[in-house]
Amino acid sequence: MQKVGFKGRFFPYVLIAPQILITLVFFYWPASQAVWQSFLIQDAFGTRVEFVWFENYETLFSDPLYFNALVVTVVFSTTVAALSLGFALLLAVMADRQIRGARAYKTFLIWPYAVAPAVAGVLWLFMFQPSLGIVAQQLKRMGVDWNYLLDGRQAMTLVILASAWKQISYNFLFFLAGLQSIPRSVIEAAAIDGAGPGRRFWTIVFPLLSPTAFFLLVVNIVYVFFDTFGIIDAVTLGGPAKATETLVYKVYSDGRLGGDLGGSAAQSVILMAIVITLTAVQFKYVERKVHY
Amino acid sequence: MAEVTLKDVRKDYAGNQVIHGVSCAIADGEFAVIVGPSGCGKSTLLRMVAGLEEISGGEITIGDRVVNDLEPKDRDVAMVFQNYALYPHMSVYDNMAYGLRIRGMTKAEIDVRVQKAAATLELGPFLDRQPRQLSGGQRQRVAMGRAIVREPKAFLFDEPLSNLDAKLRVQMRVEIKKLQRALDVTSIYVTHDQVEAMTMADRLIVMNKGVAEHIGTPIDVYAEPATLFVAGFIGSPAMNFLETRVGSDGALELDGARLTPKTRLDPGRAVTVGIRPEHLAPGGGLDIQVELVELLGADTLVYGRLSDGNSLVIRLPGTQVPKSGDRMPVHANAGAWHLFDTETGKRLGTA
Amino acid sequence: MVERRPLLDLMAHLVLLAGIAIVAFPVYITFVASTRDATDIIHGTMPLYPGTDFVANYMGALFQGSQRLRTTAVSTMMLNSLVMALTIAIGKIVISIVSAYAIVYFRFPLRMAAFWMIFVTLMLPVEVRIYPTFKIVADLGMIDSYAGLTIPLIASATATLLFRQFFMTIPDELVEASKMDGAGPVRFFIDTALPLSRTNIAALFVILFIYGWNQYLWPLLVTNSATMDTIVIGIKRMIVTSDAQTEWHIVMATAMLAMAPPVAVVLFMQRWFVKGLVESEK
Repeated sequence: MQKVGFKGRFFPYVLIAPQILITLVFFYWPASQAVWQSFLIQDAFGTRVEFVWFENYETLFSDPLYFNALVVTVVFSTTVAALSLGFALLLAVMADRQIRGARAYKTFLIWPYAVAPAVAGVLWLFMFQPSLGIVAQQLKRMGVDWNYLLDGRQAMTLVILASAWKQISYNFLFFLAGLQSIPRSVIEAAAIDGAGPGRRFWTIVFPLLSPTAFFLLVVNIVYVFFDTFGIIDAVTLGGPAKATETLVYKVYSDGRLGGDLGGSAAQSVILMAIVITLTAVQFKYVERKVHY
Repeated sequence: MAEVTLKDVRKDYAGNQVIHGVSCAIADGEFAVIVGPSGCGKSTLLRMVAGLEEISGGEITIGDRVVNDLEPKDRDVAMVFQNYALYPHMSVYDNMAYGLRIRGMTKAEIDVRVQKAAATLELGPFLDRQPRQLSGGQRQRVAMGRAIVREPKAFLFDEPLSNLDAKLRVQMRVEIKKLQRALDVTSIYVTHDQVEAMTMADRLIVMNKGVAEHIGTPIDVYAEPATLFVAGFIGSPAMNFLETRVGSDGALELDGARLTPKTRLDPGRAVTVGIRPEHLAPGGGLDIQVELVELLGADTLVYGRLSDGNSLVIRLPGTQVPKSGDRMPVHANAGAWHLFDTETGKRLGTA
Repeated sequence: MVERRPLLDLMAHLVLLAGIAIVAFPVYITFVASTRDATDIIHGTMPLYPGTDFVANYMGALFQGSQRLRTTAVSTMMLNSLVMALTIAIGKIVISIVSAYAIVYFRFPLRMAAFWMIFVTLMLPVEVRIYPTFKIVADLGMIDSYAGLTIPLIASATATLLFRQFFMTIPDELVEASKMDGAGPVRFFIDTALPLSRTNIAALFVILFIYGWNQYLWPLLVTNSATMDTIVIGIKRMIVTSDAQTEWHIVMATAMLAMAPPVAVVLFMQRWFVKGLVESEK
């Protein structure tokens, strides 16, 4: 679309310069560095560098720890997405009924969005702290041997709960918006045709809501990939025994140890590939939503 | 106040010519209306005068200055847009004052001008409102006011009434004309509505496909349209056209009737004969079969067909009603028949 | 709803109330803990209603931090967080709005190249380029500075796209009317484009303020000095997993203080928050 514009030879460059400069220095340069380094191997003393093509990637994919991180990430993201989407959908459907106080309910459900992931981690950590957490105590009284510091599955459960909790408000808002955009007349027509509320939901509302649901699924996966770093770092530090170490967390903790520059870079490049794929999927979908 | 002259003005977009050399001189204080169907280039021409489109060829003069390379702000013209283009976040007062502030006028001076314009346009009570709190007609006035306060050399109007409903349009038409008379500012007004064009213009510029086909007073354009297109575009219902050829004796044969051209035409030439519905009257040479009758109250439209299959519209005064299926003879006075060259569309005189 | 079903309505109320209870429970516990003294908490016998140490705990956190672990005072952390959140939010908005303006209202060579260059950064979140970016910041000597904390996060494809989208909806005639009135690009920006973008700016500000305040990984990397800790980083430093060193009453007060500003922004600017969230995902 051609807009009416202004004349100016240098002025537009002045306007766009800060953004371009920052992207070049802090986005493109480091990203290309990562790609370049992922093809290099440095010897133990850091004196010699060798170009090795895909050797770093090969090493990575044959590393059981990397495989572990991949599995953790997949389990983690699917569970969080399913849990939080399901719960949010239930709440949204209820809030979409024209009941008294719907606005107040909405207000009380959206605020967890604003809580920092790391802080969310702290809140859940406190409740489930083996020796003093009030939920942990309750579990012990019920005979559960609760200690997420030692039990990997329990640790995973805890970070999943904290992550899903934080994501509910986001999903709730989008589901509610999706529900409210379904034309009333369609639902009324179904009611006249004799469909009860349950039937109406599964045959009319849910199919019409599926684009929203799919969009949210992608967003949730991206969220779990990247934004849960704070939760994991606050609650489990990736442990115990790397039971909660996701791909992003692994890049971070491997990098902290230093040393394997090439391997670390290769990990970053793989993450980039994943983000690009997810973004492409998301955009393809958004494109369709526009024409919908 | 100034004269606006266009000398062979051309416009092309990426090698595609859309204005093919328009020339005309609009006198000081004159109200010129550019009229034509959509896509004829009328808005483009106006926007070139405004400075919103670059001029690909020719010359535009406002007053004694060639303005081709001047920015809109330096041309000293004001424009009223089709969608009014009011600043939605500014009050009515600020909408009018904005251009003056940019020009560095003092607060007191601005206030004098805005208040005066508001009084003229009866906008006084609305000065503090935002555009969205106004009706369509009021917004239209604000757009006018924004032009007036500038006291420019010329007003440019780009289909300013097309967003109003029919009744308001007639009312605003009269108001704009009165205002222009009172202010005596050279104006160029673009419209696709021929009634608007006829009623408002001191001078009409009828455009078609980037060419100014006829420039003249409304009466002149009505009485002696320069081309087939102009003849068909101006007048409602539109002029009837019948195609024929010049006979060996120089006369024109029309479904049994004979017409003698005022000027001599070569035998065998293809000619289109035009006759306005209101110039046909009952009785005489042409025999039509009535197909449909529309009663408009003041007059009556008769849609009929000649025996050679051509259709004809006749406008009769009052409510004299032939029935459909009736046969009806019609005729027109000598001199009412317009003749055009079928190939070029150029006027060939009357018959 | 279409027909009256009082029973279903009742169910809806119950489900929503339960939902709110679940969502609010962790925060309630945190609040209760932030009003109790250390011993109540440490023995795991904390009652489920607020105690009496509200003032003491919050004062302690704000002005001393965790004394046992010698952390920075929370007030300093909050100041750091505030500086970071505001710089990121305002910086992103300013940089994005001017570059979107250039892209929409000017024709210049490399215009589309610039647009795509900004667009692609959507796919390069900080998490995927942690160490190379860290190295550049280190080389530029920006470790432990507000500049290092904020500038690398300030470029924003989302905000640029949003403003571009919005500018496209401003009618061309408004630009032309401004030109006739004598306004150039700068005046049109200040007098018309900017005021018309007000609600978009407000919506983006809410989202970006939260984004900035909640940053974790980046500040973790680029700040070493405790005096540069943001509250989100600081709270983590107050927790020691292995022993009973953690002063939970202070941690919980800090948690409340860490949540308060962004949650307040969401609640008080709810309309813009929802708009910002929905629009920035388009």
